[in-house]
Amino acid sequence: MHADTTTNAGQILAAASGGKRRWGDRIFSNLAVAAGVTILALLAGVALFLLIESLPAVSADSARLPEGKSLVDYIAPLAFGTVLAATIAVLIAVPLAVAVALFISHIAPRRIVLALGFLVDLLAAIPSIVYGLWGIFVLGPAAVPMLEWLEKKLGFIPFFEGPASSTGRTMLVAGLVLAVMILPIVSAVAREVFTQTPRKLQEGALALGATRWEMIRMTVLPFGKSSIISGAMLGLGRALGETMAVTIILSVSGIVTFNLISQANPSTIAANIALDFPESSGLAINTLIASGLVLFAITLVTNLGARAIIARQNIQ
Amino acid sequence: MQAPAEKAARLEPATLGGGMLPDWAPYGVIAGSMLFAAALLAATGAFSVALLLVVSTVVSCLTIYAWSRAVEGRRRALDRLVTFAIIAAFALALTPLLSLLFEVVKRGLPGLSWEFLTGTPRGVVGGGGAAHAIVGTVVITAVTAAISVPIGIMAAIYLTEYGGKGRLRRALTFFVDVMTGIPSIVAGLFAFALFAIFLGPGIRLGLMGAVALSVLMIPIVIRSSEEVLKIVPNHLREASYALGTPKWRTIVKVVLPTAFAGLVTGVMIAIARIVGETAPLLVTTGIVDSINTNPFEGRMQNLAVYAYSEYRTPGVMKQASYDRAWAAALTLIAIVMILNVVARLIYRRYKTEIR
Repeated sequence: MHADTTTNAGQILAAASGGKRRWGDRIFSNLAVAAGVTILALLAGVALFLLIESLPAVSADSARLPEGKSLVDYIAPLAFGTVLAATIAVLIAVPLAVAVALFISHIAPRRIVLALGFLVDLLAAIPSIVYGLWGIFVLGPAAVPMLEWLEKKLGFIPFFEGPASSTGRTMLVAGLVLAVMILPIVSAVAREVFTQTPRKLQEGALALGATRWEMIRMTVLPFGKSSIISGAMLGLGRALGETMAVTIILSVSGIVTFNLISQANPSTIAANIALDFPESSGLAINTLIASGLVLFAITLVTNLGARAIIARQNIQ
Repeated sequence: MQAPAEKAARLEPATLGGGMLPDWAPYGVIAGSMLFAAALLAATGAFSVALLLVVSTVVSCLTIYAWSRAVEGRRRALDRLVTFAIIAAFALALTPLLSLLFEVVKRGLPGLSWEFLTGTPRGVVGGGGAAHAIVGTVVITAVTAAISVPIGIMAAIYLTEYGGKGRLRRALTFFVDVMTGIPSIVAGLFAFALFAIFLGPGIRLGLMGAVALSVLMIPIVIRSSEEVLKIVPNHLREASYALGTPKWRTIVKVVLPTAFAGLVTGVMIAIARIVGETAPLLVTTGIVDSINTNPFEGRMQNLAVYAYSEYRTPGVMKQASYDRAWAAALTLIAIVMILNVVARLIYRRYKTEIR
């Protein structure tokens, strides 16, 4: 690669041009290495300090933990709620995100593509606290008729068993808001790859008489399939860890249920921390940090999976 | 482009009468469907904007498919249907953005006053302003940037200029990816755990918040800086080496200035990303109602946490608290938007033309 030859040339020149200049070089390159090592240390620190601070909760007698439950019994319903909310978000966001990506990459007029991309990026820039306020004051009340309709017409499905919430502070609404929040991430990953679909494939398809949709279905979508999957997993990782929107919107009661439209919902790990942490002390804090460690592990696995898919695709 | 008639003939050679919908067909169908849906809803008495949009979308999709199928055949009809569906999905995806911006402005403006920007709640019953939160946001963000920008840019320099193909480089690339995925609340817990071990569990500092936010900001700075450093052309570096310039002076005097606009843009967008973070600050900086400018001592309020606590624990006058929460949200969005737009303007105005 080019970079290597220049690096070598730089080193040789630096070496040839005498001691005085090598001092500056040495300091600067050490600084750069130090910055890199700091980041690795920081990440190791995140895992290490969370582990240290959660150990007291692991070893403590379960009677002394919050709610008098064992650590596993305490975290399991939260983990369930976390995964449930994130799954709803991904199921709603991915089809929309693919459509948005296709619209920007293949359907919208060229002139407005930049502006549209900016608009979608804006969705990602809005702070989650604002999404939370919007969710509880605007979307929640607006969603109540929909929840009632779901209960009436689809109540035989366990998800929509009801009774429908009268405030809209339900798992389904929280999932909807999470979907809006992760949509730009999923669509950015998909769009990136959609625009890289080889032109000759696309033009070949069109030349053979394919309509635009047939061209997309036969060239763009197969080419971008793994990017859709990895984008979905990145979005999942984001949704799993999203805190404030869920904290504000969801009315929680610590139960485990698949009922998405009622007033009683399982909490999520992140929301539970945000709700309880400010008023906790002692072992309760250690317990919350232990749950945070579990969340860290779940998101880590999800993100590594996504990166592995992206890496494999890059090799191809 | 070929004439429409030719195109249609090629697509549907079997049907001699195979025609083509007029150019205005999609717009006509959309307009017609909206009128039809409005009439239908008005007749049934269940009129609402949301319902109107849903019904007219469904009707227009069905109409264009049926019409096109009758005139152009199955394949073209499907193409038109999918195009309609994708446009509808795009509109649906942007609806929350429009609704959110509209509502934030509408509900935020009543609370946004001179008192809100300059006063504090200290000693005021059920009122006061958010000056303490604004000051806190500025201080915490400044400290975060002071930690993250040097580390982030130096690490990016390492990755592009020094890393080669070494093991540290690969590890760094991998772990920066990992770091981007850390949930913000976990970053907050980390900062809390770090300080709690040394200073006791009751500790709340502006600095703790800045450390938590740095965990989130550093990977963003590295990613964006790496992108812009990578596209600095090698012939610039080579020309500098050929003049006998040491590598570090080449980086400082040639590479960084060339990439400067991109670096600034990246840093501003990274700041926009973290300025509205709530969760990590909720567990690290605490809640307080007077101005604190010292990140090394005492609790510090900030806009996002202020908005949350005004919503969560409204005072006696509930609506006034909610107004302040929305005003804080509006202020935050304004900051984020300004940062984003200015960053892009800077990039467009000052980026070095690379040939």
